[in-house]
Amino acid sequence: MDTTIKKSATPDSMFTSKLQGLLRWESFLVLIVFLVCVMNSYLSPYFLDPWNLSDATFNFTEKALIALPMAMLIIAKEIDISVAAIISLSSTLMGLVAQMGAPVYAVAFVGILAGAACGLFNGVLVTRFKIPSIVVTIGTMSLFRGISYILLGDQVVRDYPDGFEFFGQGYVYWVFSFELVLFAFFALVFYWLLHRTTFGRYTYAIGNNPTASYYSGIKVDKHRLILFTLVGVMSGVASILLTSRLGSTRPSIAMGWELSIITMVVLGGVSILGGSGTIAGVVLAVILMGLVTFGMGLLNIPGIVMTIIVGVMLITVVSLPVLITLYKNKKAKAL
Amino acid sequence: MNNAIFSLKKVSKVFPGVKALDGVDLHLYPGQVTALIGENGAGKSTLVKTMTGIYQPDGGEIIFNGKSVQFHSPHDSHALGITAIHQETVLFDDLAVAENIFLGNYPMTKHFSIDWPAMEARSQEILSSINAHMNPNQILRELSIGQKHMVGIARALSVDAKVVILDEPTAALSHHEIHELYELVNTLRDQGKAILFITHKFDEIFTLADRYTVFRDGSFVGEGFIKDTNEAQLVEMMVARSIEATYPKKDVEIGETLLEVSNLCHTTEFADISFSLKKGEILGVYGLVGSGRTEVMQALFGTTDHVTGSVKMNGKEVIIHSPKEAIDNGIVYVPEERQKQGIVLELPIYQNVSLPQMERLAKHGQIDQEGEMALARQYCERLQVKASCWDEKVMNLSGGNQQKVVIAKWLATNPKVIILDEPTKGIDIGSKAAVHEFMSELVDSGLSVIMVSSELPEILGMSDRILVMNEGLIVGELSRADATPEKVVSLATGGSVTC
Repeated sequence: MDTTIKKSATPDSMFTSKLQGLLRWESFLVLIVFLVCVMNSYLSPYFLDPWNLSDATFNFTEKALIALPMAMLIIAKEIDISVAAIISLSSTLMGLVAQMGAPVYAVAFVGILAGAACGLFNGVLVTRFKIPSIVVTIGTMSLFRGISYILLGDQVVRDYPDGFEFFGQGYVYWVFSFELVLFAFFALVFYWLLHRTTFGRYTYAIGNNPTASYYSGIKVDKHRLILFTLVGVMSGVASILLTSRLGSTRPSIAMGWELSIITMVVLGGVSILGGSGTIAGVVLAVILMGLVTFGMGLLNIPGIVMTIIVGVMLITVVSLPVLITLYKNKKAKAL
Repeated sequence: MNNAIFSLKKVSKVFPGVKALDGVDLHLYPGQVTALIGENGAGKSTLVKTMTGIYQPDGGEIIFNGKSVQFHSPHDSHALGITAIHQETVLFDDLAVAENIFLGNYPMTKHFSIDWPAMEARSQEILSSINAHMNPNQILRELSIGQKHMVGIARALSVDAKVVILDEPTAALSHHEIHELYELVNTLRDQGKAILFITHKFDEIFTLADRYTVFRDGSFVGEGFIKDTNEAQLVEMMVARSIEATYPKKDVEIGETLLEVSNLCHTTEFADISFSLKKGEILGVYGLVGSGRTEVMQALFGTTDHVTGSVKMNGKEVIIHSPKEAIDNGIVYVPEERQKQGIVLELPIYQNVSLPQMERLAKHGQIDQEGEMALARQYCERLQVKASCWDEKVMNLSGGNQQKVVIAKWLATNPKVIILDEPTKGIDIGSKAAVHEFMSELVDSGLSVIMVSSELPEILGMSDRILVMNEGLIVGELSRADATPEKVVSLATGGSVTC
């Protein structure tokens, strides 16, 4: 009896099951993206214009850059809701050094450094003092933005060095903006990091069972610390892009972004309880959200209504697969 | 002979792809203990869930008191007086004993508020009826595991139970507590309750049960009276093959001292632990729950803090403050709490096997999946893990196979010392024999094994040398030849060897 079962255990069969896994959530998102495209082009003749589409990407690229490391953090059973506040603090510090006459690259460096420092600070509080990350980052969310307000007050900084506007307004080639190209680049980097490296594997292991991961010799706290810092760094990068695009800094910059970023991650099929999710899913969710908001913009739907639609979309899309299985089970039972 | 109070007739339960129960029969009689016997995966847990209304059967009939009944929810079976005590009872650490007993079923006053005095009085009544002496107002967190178990039992008995199901109730208990449980089962039997007792341990079956029912692979194999059968016959029914020796201890040449532990102390858990381990040796560590045995092993593996003392490997002092350092020094630990500490259930088998040595397997941080698969294949085949493919999630495997994956994971790191903490807890007899056989094979290939166990036959059957622990101290060391069950138990419970 033993031997028959053992023989079927071949490594070849792993690939079929992996394919099946991919077919579920990500293909579902592709389908919805396609439907939204069809609907949008039907509703508005301006939708398929390349320049319009290119403009639409500015709606999401900055948030999406943070959604990538955020997905890894959530997979590892942690969360960071201070990201928008990190953007604000990082933008404020960039504004201050720009006012002192720093060159473009120094300003950008300060932005990334500030982000990294904020992320590291979150990570140290979580790992060293064993405070749940949601508590820590609720606290630092107020802390970081509060520092911005102290530093800037109701001041607005506009004196950025020449050339700084390229990050948020420049184009690399034809309709492809620097922001879009940067997002595509980081999407590949994070895909590689999560799905191809030991670092990524540890992320899944920790998210599913931190104790067993620790017992397997993984340095769990160090890993979490790196993830928080990574989220901080990418928030710094997003801050550079946003500040450059707006051409100004206010302490209230990027208000409420943390929720749209987490929405992107969850819509992308990342379990909010940790342990599962893919970068491909997050990228698709980002595109979906971008297209929906863009389509609604073309139709002149007011902002308040848009947020309602995005909220309803999140709940519907996430619950749809659950509802379908429930329905199937019920049907199977009735038979 | 009176009639069965509770019967299952040709009951089936199908899950996608698996027939968990295939037309099984079961009869329970008032005032009798029926033992349900079967390997892991035989369908025992599914059966319990069907009997208590958590699952609804896909076919067959449930008969209670001569009437056919249907359970739509646990509430329905509860109302008829069918109650189950599970392997790991779900209790609430921060509530008082009395609240735990009556949760969801509080006695009420006529003003729609909880009648606290009545609840306390009735808790006291139930607790003393099962000889559990504790204060109903005590917070559960402050109790020992054994006491918590008694609360779980009291909870099950707080309804007017007619049928009591005990699902491996002794798995987490110490020797002394097990005897208390036996007495309790006898009391319940005398009260005329019909009892279903599910266990892996044969000594329990022959001590307690009046009847037996055997399942194999979701099917009914046979039933009868315990007095008409013997262990060999039951084992054969369970596995459909005869297992001659459950403890296949080989004689292995014992080499030089490999591990030397001296004066290991912890602020609260243990003190003055000194022992040595030779190459090719199986060192058994016996002690009751709470004797500090697991804490000592975790100290060796670097997961217990505040430890002083010295650990030497091959004569050289090593410092171990984390599992990583332990693994690097060739010490690995197969934990007692398999699902919590041993394995990542949601990850596939091959990823679990490679987890401790990802860095060695990777090239420039990039995972070498072929290498991982090869490693998993090599060690899982050696341990005969039963799975449809190595990409299968560990959560889909049976307990015994999960344990094999944990062992495979550690063997793959080429350790020198492997610590097995309750290696066969909660796994079926077939897997048990495989684990024991494998231990013999391991020492044969030059490894050293420390085996912590609370199962006496296992300790006596497998160890070259036995350390006995009691209240954080090593209270005795016995050679294989000297060890008898009486000596070991008397040492572990605080007596001394007098012969």
